[in-house]
Amino acid sequence: MLLLLLGIVILHIAALVLLFISTIVSAWSVGVTSSADLWSNCTTANGYHCDPAFTGEWIQAVQALMILSIIFSFLSLFLFFCQLFTLLKGGRFFLTGIFQILASLFVMTAAIIYTVMSPDWVPDSESFGFAYILAWVAFPLALISGLIYVILRKRE
Amino acid sequence: MLLFLTLVSAALVAIAPQSQAIVIYTGWERHALVGSEIRLSCSFFSWRWTSEDVTFSWNYRPDGSRDGISIFHFTGGLPYLDNKGPFRDRLEFVGNPQRRDGSILIKNLDFNDNGTFTCDAKNPPDIVGRPSSVRLLVFDKLPVQAGVITGAIIGAVLGLLVLIVVIYYLMRFLVARRVFSLSVSKHGKKGKGKEGSQQRQGPALYAAMDQSKLKASASEKKKQESRKDKK
Repeated sequence: MLLLLLGIVILHIAALVLLFISTIVSAWSVGVTSSADLWSNCTTANGYHCDPAFTGEWIQAVQALMILSIIFSFLSLFLFFCQLFTLLKGGRFFLTGIFQILASLFVMTAAIIYTVMSPDWVPDSESFGFAYILAWVAFPLALISGLIYVILRKRE
Repeated sequence: MLLFLTLVSAALVAIAPQSQAIVIYTGWERHALVGSEIRLSCSFFSWRWTSEDVTFSWNYRPDGSRDGISIFHFTGGLPYLDNKGPFRDRLEFVGNPQRRDGSILIKNLDFNDNGTFTCDAKNPPDIVGRPSSVRLLVFDKLPVQAGVITGAIIGAVLGLLVLIVVIYYLMRFLVARRVFSLSVSKHGKKGKGKEGSQQRQGPALYAAMDQSKLKASASEKKKQESRKDKK
């Protein structure tokens, strides 16, 4: 039981860390001399410097969804520890699971929006970077951990 | 102690003249579409009553230019508008001096109108104050400011979440107070003799379990047994 608990928490934290990294690291789109994330465009062409990102509607939606998914994943982790001590025996971690699944849906939506809309503002010389892939990886991780929360029953 | 008092009084004396001065307010930056009109507001705060001799003046400095020109002056109860400069026939006084409002309206905006507008107000004998400036940017399409949509989406979702939580607790509170009688309280009626919502929740939970979870618990026992076997 303890091992299972530990596994779930680690899975959850892994998803959370992936979300964090993909939101912060400047590698959603990577070119030879430039890279871009949700917040800034950086180039190494003549000295390393970053400009604020293009402020379109869609990239702002991606920003918002990534932040929301981090917030919800955090809330879910918090609720998990709350429910761990308050839940009756045999109860399910519904609330925790719902929050985690919502977080996974948010990150999925963000990644989809970025996939579909990024040709509008990313130059052709850049391709998707690893932060973008991490966002996609975080989606199934969060979804799986959310589903486990819903399926799991509490035992002492 | 004496030193402290003198320090405090010195500070008060230093602050007092400032609080007597006139403080002028305008915006910080305004965005407008080309061809539209914009109201540049200017108001002031003064410790004195608004006198008959209150004056407002607006000064315009185009972007890239060092000097400004006066485009509007209000004195003696009459507005004097720009009649030779870039804003002739496009300027209108829409303020109300008695209410400390010296706003102007600029019509039919053009890209050349980008610049800094400075408002100065005097409320004799209160004349010591710093003019306040507002920057006007004219666009053919209003840009979305960074973070506005991001903030709106995050705020909306979190607000919705808070609203749901508040409604949930409100309903629970009302049901507990028996303002409402939802079907939830049907189970609770068994425990009506006892007082307090927590005691009523217990039986309700058991009742819910009794009805639906009998089969489930049976199957679960099997699962648990099989798990034990595996171990």
